[in-house]
Amino acid sequence: MATAIDKQHDGADRRTIRRHGLATRITHWTWAIALYFLLLSGLQIFNAHPSLYIGEQSGFAFDNSVLSIRAVRGADGEVQGVTTAFGRRMDTTGFLGVSGPEDSRAYRAFPAWLTVPSYQDLATGRVVHFFFAWLFAATFLSWLVASLINGHLLRDILPTFSDIRGLPRSFAEHLRFRFRHRRSYNGLQKISYAVVLLIFFPLMILTGLTMSPAMNAGAPWLTEIFGGRQTARTIHFLLMLLLIGFFAIHIFMVLAAGPINEMRSMVTGRFRIDLEATEGGPER
Amino acid sequence: MSRMIINRRRFLTGAGVVVSTIPLVGCDALDGMLSDGATVREAMAKANDLTYRVQRFLIGAHSLAEEFSESEIRQGQRPNGSTDPTDATYVALRNAAFADYRLEIAGLVDRPLSLSLDQLRNMPSRTQITRHDCVEGWSCIAKWTGVPLAAVLDEARVRPEARYVVFRCFDTMNLGLSGESAYYESIDMLDARHPQTILAYGLNGGPLPVANGAPLRLRVERQLGYKMAKYLRSIELASDLAAYGQGNGGLWEDLGYDWYAGI
Repeated sequence: MATAIDKQHDGADRRTIRRHGLATRITHWTWAIALYFLLLSGLQIFNAHPSLYIGEQSGFAFDNSVLSIRAVRGADGEVQGVTTAFGRRMDTTGFLGVSGPEDSRAYRAFPAWLTVPSYQDLATGRVVHFFFAWLFAATFLSWLVASLINGHLLRDILPTFSDIRGLPRSFAEHLRFRFRHRRSYNGLQKISYAVVLLIFFPLMILTGLTMSPAMNAGAPWLTEIFGGRQTARTIHFLLMLLLIGFFAIHIFMVLAAGPINEMRSMVTGRFRIDLEATEGGPER
Repeated sequence: MSRMIINRRRFLTGAGVVVSTIPLVGCDALDGMLSDGATVREAMAKANDLTYRVQRFLIGAHSLAEEFSESEIRQGQRPNGSTDPTDATYVALRNAAFADYRLEIAGLVDRPLSLSLDQLRNMPSRTQITRHDCVEGWSCIAKWTGVPLAAVLDEARVRPEARYVVFRCFDTMNLGLSGESAYYESIDMLDARHPQTILAYGLNGGPLPVANGAPLRLRVERQLGYKMAKYLRSIELASDLAAYGQGNGGLWEDLGYDWYAGI
């Protein structure tokens, strides 16, 4: 794995290792593309009925709604974007419910710049969503098999006992923006990747399938475990928000820890590590 | 100790580069590729064939959609799409309480039929409390009563070359550029002979209301709502869908929706 040691102009000893295997890099970028389109087409689909509920059905004659995004005409004749989450009403005019330029407002839950296509088109949103859903699921399966074979899963993703014990320290280091570039992922990295890859991704696929009426006939246990089709739809949406949160932190960390080195490791596989840290530092 | 201490200027430069690339892939840039008939859209729509095949393989021919108890009926069935057709033939039938209504069964059958509502009600019936899933995303649980489509098909003696059941409807929808078109839908023989596929004349214990498709509508419980044609006028057995509408198997399908709506 290890290659040439090179002296940096700042005098620190570094060396370049092969960080990410080919399978890891290919699946990473396939996911990046698939998730981008899944998000934008998912918001397009959501716009067709911008309400989320708990349970098997949508309450029209009763209230089981947890989130709704609507355009509501107020007493003064002005149309407002109103987002209601768990009974709390918020004015979200300009972003959610009502968006677009002042002189040609669009009444839609998520704005045009957050959906594909930009105009309201549920049919095309579904075409895009299911195409990339297949790509996403196939990538997940390939990643799982490859990572079991090449050791990525056991070595880099599943946290060890000492990773968990070292979490408070790892957390404190992240807060102080002190990043040690070592051969292996730190505890916080392992846990966040494990949660995203082994919990969020499978849950996203399963809640998506739970919304399929055909799957409900073939696998009725799906609605059982998620507490109904509409709850599954709500969880699917919630997972989307969690993945956006992960994405924001992920990008922030790449920028903070050295974007060139981090990007190179995910493109060519090569990653420069701090030399002293490879020699069995106490935090391993 | 060599540590990466964050350099604010470098961080802001990096952040600026990342953020400035986002508008390059803005959403309207893709609209052209995704319009109806565009190559990219057509290619992506092929995923629906894959979904169709895989789901058929996974769920089998006879698995039943979940049925619920009476206590789960918490509201009336939400009407959607056409709710009050203005087609002259339909209005005349409705004004006579559907006494003169006939369901025609034709196409690839040995015995074409013309059935009155009383004849349909005297055939074997099935009542099921199921969840209606609309393509828009909402769901509603209701009790449907009707005659299994398989019983009607047996009566008409379907020829072996028939591959699809096409449903023609009384309601026309005005859908922009394509003008007024009569609603139609189609399903394959497997769904047509599924035990829960019924021609429903009853809803929640009463007769089927006009808003929900009176006097007769289709229920295909393993697919989405737009497959379940309302205001049924006739049923045709066909070996090919090209002769109907624009050839995509349904009015919504002609407007870009997938023919297979199991997801």
